Amino acid sequence: MNTTALLVLDVLLVFSLLSLAAAALATRDASRSVILFMAFGLVLAVAWARLLAPDVALAEAAIGAGLSGALLLAAVREQPRRALSGDAKPVHERERTSIDVTLQLTVTLLCVAVAALLAWALAEAFDRGPQDTLAQAVSETLAASGVSNPVTAILLNFRAYDTLLELAVLLTAVLGILALGPARPGYQAAGPVFDSLVRWLVPVLILTAGYLLWVGAHAPGGAFQAGATLAAAAVVLRLAGHRTAGLPPGRTLHVVMAAGVGMFLVVGLSLLVLGRPFLGYPPAWAGGLILLIESAAMLAIAATLVLAFLGGRPQPAAGLSGEKRQC
Amino acid sequence: MLTAQWLYAMTGCLIVALGLRTALLHAVLLHRLIGVNVMGAGVFLMLIAVAYRGPGVAPDPVPHALVLTGIVVAVSATALALALARRLTGEQDNG
Amino acid sequence: MIDAMSSLLIVSGLAFYLAGSIGLLRLPDLYSRLHALTKADNLGLGLLTAGLALHAQDLLIALKLVLIWLAVLAASAASAHLIAQHARHRETPS
Repeated sequence: MNTTALLVLDVLLVFSLLSLAAAALATRDASRSVILFMAFGLVLAVAWARLLAPDVALAEAAIGAGLSGALLLAAVREQPRRALSGDAKPVHERERTSIDVTLQLTVTLLCVAVAALLAWALAEAFDRGPQDTLAQAVSETLAASGVSNPVTAILLNFRAYDTLLELAVLLTAVLGILALGPARPGYQAAGPVFDSLVRWLVPVLILTAGYLLWVGAHAPGGAFQAGATLAAAAVVLRLAGHRTAGLPPGRTLHVVMAAGVGMFLVVGLSLLVLGRPFLGYPPAWAGGLILLIESAAMLAIAATLVLAFLGGRPQPAAGLSGEKRQC
Repeated sequence: MLTAQWLYAMTGCLIVALGLRTALLHAVLLHRLIGVNVMGAGVFLMLIAVAYRGPGVAPDPVPHALVLTGIVVAVSATALALALARRLTGEQDNG
Repeated sequence: MIDAMSSLLIVSGLAFYLAGSIGLLRLPDLYSRLHALTKADNLGLGLLTAGLALHAQDLLIALKLVLIWLAVLAASAASAHLIAQHARHRETPS
């Protein structure tokens, strides 16, 4: 009975995922497409939980559905409605003619071929049976890694180099965003209802972020989920009319942005100086070093996501950035 | 190979195809961005389906770490793409 | 015994969600839809969390579930207010 119930759940989830994806991609209205994409992300988070991937479910709900959706909605809000719904034809977008019917057919066939290729590759991989050498290596050395959550151990210890480079990718993206222009126009000051919500919601979110960071060592959680929760607090502040969304000003912001990569490099180079390999933590200190790196990474990830939502350089004072738009 | 693995992995392939079609064909940038994000979600589905080992068994944690990294990188790439699009449209409007 | 009560609570929660969704699809204008959705969905969530809290291993997890319900309650009340206010501003030429 248990397996039948799980099968029913699986079929329902798969059907919802496919319909939501198709609906989000087929609709012409931009904001409707974004909202359907957010719903797709949330159902995907449920699918991750069903497939016993709770860390990924937390990250998908916070980052994939929540922050991605907020970014896309902020972009939709900026554009005049006609330019994004596809009815008008701005200069830099392609012209559609009747020849495109052949093009559409060819591209659709190409996509079907890609799907068939992927399915064949997966079928071949499944035929060989599960390859558990890496998973076994992880479970054998987990005790010496400093944490007991295997995903955190992989991200911050066994494959710490990959996480260092990932934080460098985040830093590159935020530098690009900052270089491309000023932030989006702000929002009007919050009315009494929204203001009273924000007053207690933001401290609770900050507390939850700290909890997620701490608990990531032995339960689902970690720096990425905590950083996304902090960014959510800042986004809520921004929506309530706060101009800088809680970001520290000037040079402090630059330090926070670079803190993720910076802390990794400081720890790694200190270990090199002490005679150990780069990012090779001594087992006695591994837990503390991982927590240190994760705290810095959480701040860097939060700053990156908030600056991404702002859309550019935070503006200094209200008089210089132009009038605020009514939303 | 478990039924659930097969089901979710094939769904992942289909979702990649859907996203790819929109990313290549649609005229509006925002929909192409959503298409690329949906393609990413399909790839993550395939990875996590491969990592699943059964209802009571601990899954393989390495693909979980890969997908976690992938989610964060995807959102930062989307943010950069939106900033570029904003600059592009701004330049066009200002002449 | 606990299983039966928990199942009863969860099923009634789902019934409220169903009612809210039917209201979303069938009611004529924005305000009535907002009203139906907010009230029915929050009550459904409360029953759902009550049913899940009965199965919780310890008190702390049950308290966390109740906290989730309270947070969703407050957030959806504020969002419903904002949506209705925005719709009102759109309608009346200001």
